[in-house]
Amino acid sequence: MTAPIRCREDETFVLNLGPQHPATHGVLRVKLTMDGEYVVKAEPVLGYIHRMHEKMAEDRTFAQFMPNTARMDYLHALAYNHGYVLTVERAAGIEVPERAEYIRVITVELNRLTSHLLWWAAFLLDLGGFSPLLYAFDDREQILDLLERVTGSRLTYCYFRFGGVYNDIDDDFITGTRNFIKRLRSRLPRLYHDLVTKNIILIKRLKDIGFVSKEQCRKYGATGPLLRGSGVQFDIRKNEPYSVYPEFDFDIPVYDEGDCMARYMVRMDEIEQSMRIIEQALDKLPDGPVRAKVPKILKPAAGDYYAAVEAARGSFGCRLVCNGDKSPYRLKLRSPTFSNLSLFGEVAEGMLLADALAFMGSLDLVIPEIDR
Amino acid sequence: MSEYWNDIFGGTKSLLVGLGITAREFFKPVVTEQYPWEVPVMTPRFRGHIELVKNAETGKPNCVVCGMCMRSCPSGCITLAGKKPEGEKKKVLTQYELDFTKCSLCGSCIESCNFNAIQFSKDYNLASTRKEDYLFDLLKRLEEQS
Repeated sequence: MTAPIRCREDETFVLNLGPQHPATHGVLRVKLTMDGEYVVKAEPVLGYIHRMHEKMAEDRTFAQFMPNTARMDYLHALAYNHGYVLTVERAAGIEVPERAEYIRVITVELNRLTSHLLWWAAFLLDLGGFSPLLYAFDDREQILDLLERVTGSRLTYCYFRFGGVYNDIDDDFITGTRNFIKRLRSRLPRLYHDLVTKNIILIKRLKDIGFVSKEQCRKYGATGPLLRGSGVQFDIRKNEPYSVYPEFDFDIPVYDEGDCMARYMVRMDEIEQSMRIIEQALDKLPDGPVRAKVPKILKPAAGDYYAAVEAARGSFGCRLVCNGDKSPYRLKLRSPTFSNLSLFGEVAEGMLLADALAFMGSLDLVIPEIDR
Repeated sequence: MSEYWNDIFGGTKSLLVGLGITAREFFKPVVTEQYPWEVPVMTPRFRGHIELVKNAETGKPNCVVCGMCMRSCPSGCITLAGKKPEGEKKKVLTQYELDFTKCSLCGSCIESCNFNAIQFSKDYNLASTRKEDYLFDLLKRLEEQS
């Protein structure tokens, strides 16, 4: 890509992308300095949906903060539930029954599927294709129905509890999940890959667009499919295993190209890997209780605790500082998309506006998670 | 040069395949639920706003006015009050208000209740432009239901 980046200052103009723009999927504003169709400078502006989640944690009990975690990344809410619950369990020294761990993995992976399906749909919508959205939402709806049966909600789940999960899963859920995986397996090659992945227009829009190098990822602390699309094999589920993930056989898809197509392929492969994990977890699902006995008001010992999980967009970390009180002294939440977005400015320089939007779509931004 | 021809012929083929798939899907049955003509049935664990549970024997609310739900609520949306009538041992509920504008349906109140006094309702057809419509008087609601 050659682009005239250097130009006279009086020949550029400022274009505000957002805060209300369909391609930014939320209230993200990007201040673009443009030279015709080319981006000279891109500055993401945040703060439109800041809700002080970290501060809110400081004046509630540990359990009362649970619903907040789902409101950050509403597309992969259960991973955020999981990250927070893991941290508090580590702090309070709570043992989780094995069945509960399996249920957590199954529901988190189902939720990851919904997140990737929605990303796929929205990304293609950004690129100008409408009908794939309907196919993806058809599949996503099946998962939402399954999760609604066990968790009671469809999007902002509050399902995990310290020491287990809220409700046990039943046989209908298990057969429903198996049927769904069979259905998605049959639909993936045709409706997803034949229709979209092999489509010449998509390939032309994504190949060699938005190159992100390993060094850039390291510099900005990028994680998730963005990092794996740049050739770094890093996934918290494998590198710092938590829950019962070590018991499953799954791969971490890695692509070396570092362009939008690589990130697209990483996510498409992750859908398949998630299905593998769910199938194995359903096969191995042990019997037993789903919730350990935990006091209603937790008072972990003073100290500093950290736990991280792999969410759909990258690693989500939770750092908890306790002073022996019934609410956290400080809760620092590390969300993946904040780091992923920070490299947008550097990479988008010199891109065509349409390509910059394709690149932004491939980052899979969820704004409430960037702005907590 | 071969890439050029590949793009043209391979690309055209990929577009035709895509058109074929959409054409086939076009004749598949409709999967969208035609709300409001078709009304979805809520699952047993569906979380609507909370409501009081009536005691089957006495016909009075199960609530003993312990205030656990009020204290466990992260957003402070529950207000309740009770009084002890003369000659009785237990407190009687006189007021139970839910500010649904603040509720995030986390279920903390229901989990904290030891007396099976509250449950999730199955109401989901809630739409209004007035804030007051979401200040539910659950005691009144229970009386109207019976």
